[in-house]
Amino acid sequence: MEPIRRHEGLVYPLNRSNIDTDQIIPKQFLKRIERQGFGQFLFYHWRFDDNGEPRKDFSLNEPRFEGSSILVAGENFGCGSSREHAPWSLQDYGFRVIIASSFADIFYNNCSKNGILPIQLTEAEVQQLMKNAEQTGYRLTADLETQKVYDSTGFEADFQITSYMREMLLNGWDEISVTLTLEDKIQKFEETHS
Amino acid sequence: MDNAQPKTIVEKIWDEHIVHQETGKPDLLYIDLHLIHEVTSPQAFEGLRMKNRKLRRPDLTFATMDHNVPTIARHFISDPVSRKQMETLYDNCQEFGVPLADINHPDQGIVHVIGPELGLTQPGKTIVCGDSHTSTHGAFGALAFGIGTSEVEHVLATQSIWQNTPKTMNVKVNGRLSPSVTAKDLILAIIGKFGVRFGTGYVLEYTGEAIRDLTMDERMTICNMSIEAGARAGLISPDETTIEFLKGRRHVPDGEAFDEAASRWKSLATDPGAVFDAEVEIDAEEVEPQVTWGTNPGMCLPVSGSVPDPEAAESISEKAEIERALEYMGLEANQPVSSIEIQHVFIGSCTNSRLSDLERAVRVIEGKKVKDGVRALVVPGSQTVKKEAEARGIDKLFIEAGFEWRDAGCSMCLAMNDDIVPPGERCASTSNRNFEGRQGNGARTHLVAPEMAAAAAVEGRFVDVRNFSSTPV
Ligand code: SF4
Repeated sequence: MEPIRRHEGLVYPLNRSNIDTDQIIPKQFLKRIERQGFGQFLFYHWRFDDNGEPRKDFSLNEPRFEGSSILVAGENFGCGSSREHAPWSLQDYGFRVIIASSFADIFYNNCSKNGILPIQLTEAEVQQLMKNAEQTGYRLTADLETQKVYDSTGFEADFQITSYMREMLLNGWDEISVTLTLEDKIQKFEETHS
Repeated sequence: MDNAQPKTIVEKIWDEHIVHQETGKPDLLYIDLHLIHEVTSPQAFEGLRMKNRKLRRPDLTFATMDHNVPTIARHFISDPVSRKQMETLYDNCQEFGVPLADINHPDQGIVHVIGPELGLTQPGKTIVCGDSHTSTHGAFGALAFGIGTSEVEHVLATQSIWQNTPKTMNVKVNGRLSPSVTAKDLILAIIGKFGVRFGTGYVLEYTGEAIRDLTMDERMTICNMSIEAGARAGLISPDETTIEFLKGRRHVPDGEAFDEAASRWKSLATDPGAVFDAEVEIDAEEVEPQVTWGTNPGMCLPVSGSVPDPEAAESISEKAEIERALEYMGLEANQPVSSIEIQHVFIGSCTNSRLSDLERAVRVIEGKKVKDGVRALVVPGSQTVKKEAEARGIDKLFIEAGFEWRDAGCSMCLAMNDDIVPPGERCASTSNRNFEGRQGNGARTHLVAPEMAAAAAVEGRFVDVRNFSSTPV
């Protein structure tokens, strides 16, 4: 997993709440057996019409958001299914940081296993960012080390993250290798609990 | 001293499964049962192979095929990508020694239906699956939750998972449900009342008289939809109903070992006086048959109600949300639920596809016919359910009424196979999610109980099943 310490990038605001994983990546794209290549299907039915042409009325298709890497969304982002294809598609599309006023549990966890930094801010802060991002070319910096999000014009917000997840993302750790250092404890548990 | 402290079932199961504990870190929990299906596992097995890792406990792992499988003419899978995904699961199970109920197996079915059916699901177990509706298994007093594919790989390799201690919430259901009001109506009403986020960060324990009255099938319907309230897990303390259900199941011990297990299971129940982190309450008597009108399960109404008016919303964001949902659903503000016409009916999914669900639905339509222009599907949750239903002649009653009778699978719950609702058309569905596009691009889903779906099939619109059924239910 690619480590993430500080990320600076173009912001894409998507002002909707309860964006579910069926919207992030519809089920017809879950049949692939690979981890890569899901970015093209991100928000598929919002981005493309029935003929596969980009929809003009969906903002992610606007040239000014091309190359964005920080997504800002409303509350309960990523609710619904456990499909890790959702973070895979966001990451493959180019998003490294997702900011929302709240996240669904499984999605939040899945992000952290894929080098995506999920940041929970207050609803007021999120709405401020939505407003700021109306200006073309609005950029933010997310700093995991100091747990701060800021822009060049004075916006600044702190965020919370568990120290475990923070370490994992900062170091790009493979969690299984970490756990396997405790293999003797797992074995002991099995011996005493069977 | 520890024994004197009253505990919730969640605390008891948790404490029994801690492999490793360290300050500043989540706990490492042991996993007793890992269920697998074809959609969320290929990348996990591939990860093991790439790192040359072993599957630690194939004997605690169990796989089936459900999401992609055709429910008709199942020996020819026309979609090559679906076929490849199923073949991949087959190959992975062979290579790593995982027991598999594949498409030809008599035990095949939706993973959350067959776990309990085979007795793999038991009180006190920690159960995970790469599927959010794993919460279903909580009906037995197991701690069961959905995980992502990276976590699937982690459990395959280590039989354990890192988890933060969850907060617990008591969802107390007072009084009793009225006749013809079902577990599905109750869980929809709970989510409707408290919202699609109220369970986030909690494990819900459903308690109260109405819950104690429920059968295991009904308890599974309730726990299944915990995730729709934002909770990863929901459970019900085991009691005599639980034990009765498990007796004689294939993976459950028998004889003396069963009695021992049964008393251990009962001791897991939440102690009187145990403290929850939060509590909500609802009166069962006030619950009516429910119909969802919008694009998440919290957007639901009693069948006697009318679709909301965005002008009456309490905030700008709520107004926008209602407007968006009305537009997607093709509904007018203030339209009565009973005026909504449907073109499709789906009776199935891990929420409502067990034998008792089919029995209750069939009683509603006996001697009646599906309305012209309505396509109605019954998809049993497992091949075992299908066989038992056929032994009772339930299939014939459905077919005579004009329903299609299918093989087991997820089917139109998420429309990954060919069972799809076309754009702009409307479906009365017994499944658990009415998200945009869930049953097909542009499809409009209304979640209901099996009885309500059956009645809608006959009338072509939603009707109150309490005034509908000629045979008493
Ligand atoms: S029936 Fe639906 S909700 Fe249940 S496991 Fe299958 S796809 Fe998921």
